[in-house]
This record gives sequence, C-alpha cells and structure tokens, in this order.
Amino acid sequence: MTGVTFWASPATDGGSSLMAGRLLARGMVAGVIAACLAFLFARIFGEPQVNLAIAFEAAQDATAGMAPEPELVSRAVQATFGLLVASLMYGAAYGGIYAVVFAFAYGRMGRISPRALALLLAGAGFLTFVLIPGLKYPPNPPGIGHPDTIQLRTATYFEVIALSVCVMAIAILVGRRLALRLGAWNATLCGVGLFVVLTALMQATAPDINEVPANFPAVVLWRFREAAIGMQIVLWSALGLIFGPLAAAVLAPKTGGRRLAR
Amino acid sequence: MSHSLSSSIPGFAPAPAAIPVRAVLPWAAFGVVLALALLYFVGAEQGATSLISGHAVHEFVHDGRHLLGFPCH
Repeated sequence: MTGVTFWASPATDGGSSLMAGRLLARGMVAGVIAACLAFLFARIFGEPQVNLAIAFEAAQDATAGMAPEPELVSRAVQATFGLLVASLMYGAAYGGIYAVVFAFAYGRMGRISPRALALLLAGAGFLTFVLIPGLKYPPNPPGIGHPDTIQLRTATYFEVIALSVCVMAIAILVGRRLALRLGAWNATLCGVGLFVVLTALMQATAPDINEVPANFPAVVLWRFREAAIGMQIVLWSALGLIFGPLAAAVLAPKTGGRRLAR
Repeated sequence: MSHSLSSSIPGFAPAPAAIPVRAVLPWAAFGVVLALALLYFVGAEQGATSLISGHAVHEFVHDGRHLLGFPCH
C-alpha cells in the first residue's frame, strides 16, 4: 500500500480504486481547509449583517407586541462555533462531491494538468452549486421568509440545484459529442450556448419566491448577500487551489523525480 | 514504453491516463451519500423536515445555514 505500489500498477483495479479513494479523501480535506478560510470571511463580513437583520426582526416583533424568541443556542455560539461547524460540514461535503467529479474528469478532458483541472472544476462547481441556484433563490438573512413556506422554499432550492447539475452535465456531454464534428472551439461555444438557454429556461419556469418584508433595510440585505457570495468565492477558489497540488501528488509518480503537474 | 518516449519530447505531454469508471464508482457512491448526509444536516434538518426533535440542530447551524444560502425559518 505504498505510493510506489499503486503508481506501478495504475491500470489494475486495486491501484485505480486506491487512487480514487485517495482523491476523495484529499477532496474532503481540501474542503475542510477551504471552509476554515470561508468561515473567517463569514465571521468578519457576514456576522455583522446577520446581527443587524436579527435586530430588525426583534424590533418588528416588539412593535407587533410579540414576545422575543427564546434562545436555545446563544448568539455567541451560533456566530462562532455553530458557523464554523456548519462551514466545515459544507466544505467537507462539497469537497467530496468535487473530488468525485475530478476523479471522473481527469484524463477525459484532454491534456490538462491536475492543477489546472482542479481550478476549472472548482469554477464549474461554484457556477453549478452556488451561482446558478443563487441567482434564482438568493441567500436571505434572518427576518426574511415565512415559517409556513419553509417546505416549499427548501424543496425548490434543492430542486434548482439538482436541475443546475443536470443542465451542466447536458451541456458538457453535448459539447463533447460535438467536438468530434465541429472542433473544440465551436463545440465549446455550442455547449456554453446550450447551458445559457437551459439555465434561462430553468430560471423562468421555477416558481418565484419573494418574502422580503417591505420595510426590510435594503443595505443590510445587499451587504448580507455580498458576504454570502464572498464566502462561497473564498470556499470554492481555496478548494480548487488546495486540491490541485494534493491531487497532483496522488496522480504523479512518486519515483523518478519528474512530476506530471506543472 | 511510448509514455516515456513521448514525454521526453518538449511540448508533447502525454494525455493523462483516466481512472477507470468502475474503480471510481464505489468511491463516488460513498462520497456522494456522505456529502448529501452532511448537506442535509447543515441545510434542511429541523427546517423543512426533522429527524431529531427540537430545534437545537437548527439553532446551532443557524448562521451557517443563512450565510451558505439555504432557506431558513
């Protein structure tokens, strides 16, 4: 089970399976490290907006004569430990999914180095899992969203992520098919075009949800969404940059001195 | 060894060997199931659905759930 053994027999099942497993583990590790950075970003830029939103919500409740919500978990824990644990779980989850996609894509996307492929796929992951679903259902701070519609909002949110994955997969598969006939450049353009059309179709047909209270401070909403998208950009770019060298070390020969990754 | 031959020519990197699909599939299934379980607890537990009674999980991951873009409340 040494590095030399699995490199010496990359075509055999044992070696390849070990390689895939190591990629998955490293993807999750990279996701956890990236999540630490994303947590720091969210702690600095996100939490002030969450607190402002909660203050607005509390003021609204007080005006309406409602009792303040009981704190099961203190705000201090939510804003530190809770946020960190949630970020780590999220990072490990998407790090794992991302590494699986990498394991399938490597060697099937032309002559691209592991590091470049890692960055490319991190960009695609951000687009597919975050940006496209987020354009339809953007992140909302506390104080926005009726408890009665949580089922509908959760279902539509996960559906739009699933559809986004399908759209990306269809665009890539069609683009790859066309590459034989049209050449790489035109096939890529066709794939991108198909992606845009399918995404627009998806965005137009998914139900609209707008539960922002009329008097919710616009600046808080904007700053919160900026922080949320910034947190994701930190997470996905760190994931791509950290996973690249880790994956290259799994895929490159350990002996001989020459590294495949450049 | 065409591999070492072609790689010795500058500017002609060999196409990297893909990992066979059947070698990736078990790990893919394991990884995706694990990821979905993690995402469920961050994004949906004690919100839309509830496996554990109470609100402790929801409250604990509350800020992360909002900032990571999941629907909440």
